[in-house]
Amino acid sequence: MEGQAMVERTVRIGSTHGLHARPAKLFTQAAAASGATVRIAKAGGKAVNAASILGVISLGIDHGDDVTLSVDGDNAEAVLDELEAFLAADHDA
Amino acid sequence: MELRGIGIGQGVAVGTVVRMEEPLREPASTLSALSPDQEGARLDEALAAVAAELNSRGAAAGGDAKDVLEAQAMMAEDPTLRDDLSARLAEGKTAERATHEAFAAFRDMLRELGGYMAERAADLDDVSQRVVAQLQGLPAPGVPNPGHPFVLVARDLAPADTALLDLGQVLGLITTEGGPTSHTAILAREKSIVAVVGVAGAADLVDGDEVVVDAAGSVVISAPTDADKRAAEERITARAARAAAPLAPGALADGTRVPLLANLGNADGAAQAVQLGAEGVGLFRTEFLFLGSGSAPTVQRQQREYARMLREFPGKKVVVRALDAGADKPLAFLNDAEEENPALGLRGLRSLRASEDILREQLTALARAEAETDAEVWVMAPMVSTVEETRYFVTLAHELGLRTAGVMVEVPALALLADKALQAADFASIGTNDLTQYTLAADRMLGSVASFQDPWHPAVLRLVQEVGTAGQQHGKPVGICGEAAADPLLAVVLVGLGATTLSMSPSALADVRESLSRFTLPQARDLAAAALAADGAASARAAAAEAAAASTTTE
Repeated sequence: MEGQAMVERTVRIGSTHGLHARPAKLFTQAAAASGATVRIAKAGGKAVNAASILGVISLGIDHGDDVTLSVDGDNAEAVLDELEAFLAADHDA
Repeated sequence: MELRGIGIGQGVAVGTVVRMEEPLREPASTLSALSPDQEGARLDEALAAVAAELNSRGAAAGGDAKDVLEAQAMMAEDPTLRDDLSARLAEGKTAERATHEAFAAFRDMLRELGGYMAERAADLDDVSQRVVAQLQGLPAPGVPNPGHPFVLVARDLAPADTALLDLGQVLGLITTEGGPTSHTAILAREKSIVAVVGVAGAADLVDGDEVVVDAAGSVVISAPTDADKRAAEERITARAARAAAPLAPGALADGTRVPLLANLGNADGAAQAVQLGAEGVGLFRTEFLFLGSGSAPTVQRQQREYARMLREFPGKKVVVRALDAGADKPLAFLNDAEEENPALGLRGLRSLRASEDILREQLTALARAEAETDAEVWVMAPMVSTVEETRYFVTLAHELGLRTAGVMVEVPALALLADKALQAADFASIGTNDLTQYTLAADRMLGSVASFQDPWHPAVLRLVQEVGTAGQQHGKPVGICGEAAADPLLAVVLVGLGATTLSMSPSALADVRESLSRFTLPQARDLAAAALAADGAASARAAAAEAAAASTTTE
C-alpha cells in the first residue's frame, strides 16, 4: 500500500538449537510466502533478506538471541505477527 | 559375469547398483566467451533444475531427509546467492566458476560460525557440485541417496563420504580400488556391511544394474541369473539364522573349547560385543587414550578408562595391548623423528622402551584398574622382535603387579624363535595383519601391494604353526588377534595350527562360531596340513576348502 511505513519488532528465538537447518528453512519459506519484503538482523548486526536461507543461516542465530524483524509491504503488521509467533516457538521440540 | 575382488566379512547381498560419482574438478577461472546475460540464463536454468531435482527427491524420501533436501533446494535458488552470482558473472566469469566461488564463500562463512551452522557446509558443497555438474551435463557427484536400498559402487570411500552415507539404505558396498585395510573395508567390518573391495571390473557397472555381492566368495556377480539370485537369497537366510542362533561358547565339534574374544578400541563397543557372544577381549587397543594429545595421559585418567572397559567383563579375560605407536599411528611425545620406513622404525615396544616412564605409567594404571574390578587382565607388548625384548617386557609387567604378561607375534624373527620366547612369556598373541606385512614385505597401507596382504599365504601359516607348536610344548596359550581370525575357514585352520583363542571384530563372531562347530580337532589339523602344503595364498585357501568339504561329507 502506498505510503505504508515499514514496521519493525524485536523477538527472542525460541528454538532450542537456534535458527539452523529445519527451523531456518521453515522461517525462510514463511518469509518468502508472505509476499512482503522481510529483513532480519541480530541485535546490532546487519540485516539480511529473510527469504534467503543462506542469509538467515549466516547470521548464526542461537537460542535466546534477540533478533529484529522488519517488514515492508501490504499487511505488514499481520506478516510480522505471524513471523514473530514462528520465531518465538520451539521448532526443535 | 563374475568380477573378482577382496571380500570383507562373510555376507551376501542382492540389489541394484547406484554409483557414487567422483567429485568434479574445480572449474577453470578462464574468462567466459559468453555475455554475463547469457551465462546468467544458463545458470538460472541449472539452478532451477537442481532445485527441482532436490525437491522431488525430498518428496520421495520423506522424514528428516525431506527437510534437508528441501533446504538444499532453497540454497540453490537463494536470492542472496543469486545476487552474489550476478556480481561474479558481471566480472566475466563462467557460470561454473561463479557457482564454485559463490558457494565456497558461503561455505567458508558457515564453517567459521561453527557448531550447527558448520554442519550445513557439506550441504552447500553438495549443491555447488550438483549445479556445476548440471551446467556441464555430467552426473551429479557425491554420496547418493536414491531413497531406496541400494548397492553402492565407488572408487573408494573417504571418511567424509561415509559420514554422509545412510547405512540403513546400503545393502552392499563395491569399490574399484582400495585393499583389505582401506577405510571402506574398515567401515564395512565395523558396521557389518557386505563389501567387496578392489573390484577393478566394477568400473563398468552402471546405475540400475542388478548385482550379487558375495563377500565370502570375494566376487561380484553382474547380471545374475535367477538361480544366482536364489542361491544368494538362501545364503542370506541361512546367515540370518546363524546370527539369531543361541550364543554358545566357541568350541569345535568334538567339544574342544576355543574361546571367542573381541577386538575393541574402547569401552563403548563392549556391551555390543558381549551381546554378540564375546567371551572376553582378545585385543584391547589403548591408543585412543593417547592419540590426539600432546602428552601421555595421567595414571589416574588411564586407570579410570581401563576400569571402564574392565567392568564390562567381570570374571572374564581382557587382553590389553600396551601402547602401539609409530608407523600408521605416530605420537609426537614418543617418537617425533622423521623415519624413511616407519613400519620398520622405532614403533611398538621399541618406542615404549625408549620412553620407559610412559610404559611404566601405563602398566601401573592397568594393575590398579585390575585391582578395582573383577576382570582378569592380561597385558601384551606390540611389535616385539627378540627374546631379549620379551624378557624385558614380561619382567617389567610382573614387577609392576601384572600377573599375566605376553608378547604379540608380528615379526617373523619372533615367530621363528617362539619356543624360546614362550619360555619367557606367559602367552603369545599373533597379530596376523602385521605378521603378513612383514613376512611378505608388503606395506599394508599401500593399495598397490594389497594383493600380498593375505594371511592365507603358507609362509604366514608356517610361522603361525611355529608359535602354535611352541605354545603346546610349554603349555602356554596362543591367541590370534588379527583379521585372519574373522575368516571362518581360516579360523579353523588357525586352530589346527595350534591357536587356543581367536579374537576378532565382534561382527564376525557368529560366522566363526558356526564354522568352528562343524569340525573336530583332528579335522582342523587336516585342514591346516592341506593349507600348509600349498605354494601360495589362493591355493592354500582352495586346499583348505577342499579338505573342509571332504571332512564334512564323510562324517
